[in-house]
Amino acid sequence: MVEKPVHILYFAWLRERVGVAEETVVLPDEVRCVGDLISWLQRRGDGYARAFADTAPVRCAVNQTFADFSAAVAPGDEVAFFPPVTGG
Amino acid sequence: MARVAVQEATFDVSKEIAGLYAGRGDIGGIGCFVGIVREYAEGRRLEAMTLEHYPAMTHTAIARIAAEAEQRWNLLGCTVIHRVGRLRPGEPIVLVLAAAAHRVAALEATAFLIDWLKTKAPFWKKETYADGGEAWVEARASDEASALRWVKQSQAEPTAG
Repeated sequence: MVEKPVHILYFAWLRERVGVAEETVVLPDEVRCVGDLISWLQRRGDGYARAFADTAPVRCAVNQTFADFSAAVAPGDEVAFFPPVTGG
Repeated sequence: MARVAVQEATFDVSKEIAGLYAGRGDIGGIGCFVGIVREYAEGRRLEAMTLEHYPAMTHTAIARIAAEAEQRWNLLGCTVIHRVGRLRPGEPIVLVLAAAAHRVAALEATAFLIDWLKTKAPFWKKETYADGGEAWVEARASDEASALRWVKQSQAEPTAG
């Protein structure tokens, strides 16, 4: 089995629900894309389950670039989860 | 190259404008947008607006889009300053300046940049109300529609907004 450490960041209400701003996790091999990662996170605890209960308003970036849930997740990647942006 | 800053401190609009065209004979006009925190949000009086961002991504993302604006409208100068942290009603929150030889380019580039900032820059606003409540601001479909008018068919990318 390949070790797959991934750094995850959470912003806005996702951060509040999960309870941490960032963390490094070691993912099992079967987590290959962002969508898989969300399914894995949903089982990680109550806060995660609440944060990802509805994924429609969840956006993500992989290595600081906006990405779809189909984007691949590789060892060493930085994955960020956040709601639709509201700057300006 | 555009001047891009993400900061807690406020900014001096006239100083920023002066800095863009001082000593230049080629600039014919500067488009300017200053965003300000409104006192009321859908009828509720605001105590503060707190802006969170994704530091590793924000500056690079803004610099990239500013470079695109510079190229697309042949800008002769460009400044984007976005504040983060806790802001009070009446405080400036964002500044966009676009300098060009002619007004159409300057004004269009300014609109493009602020539309893009609203829909693609990784900032999130939380409103704290005078009555003690608080809520994360939700993205507006009208902002997305406004940004879409600048998208060329070939440039479709995953949306953040």
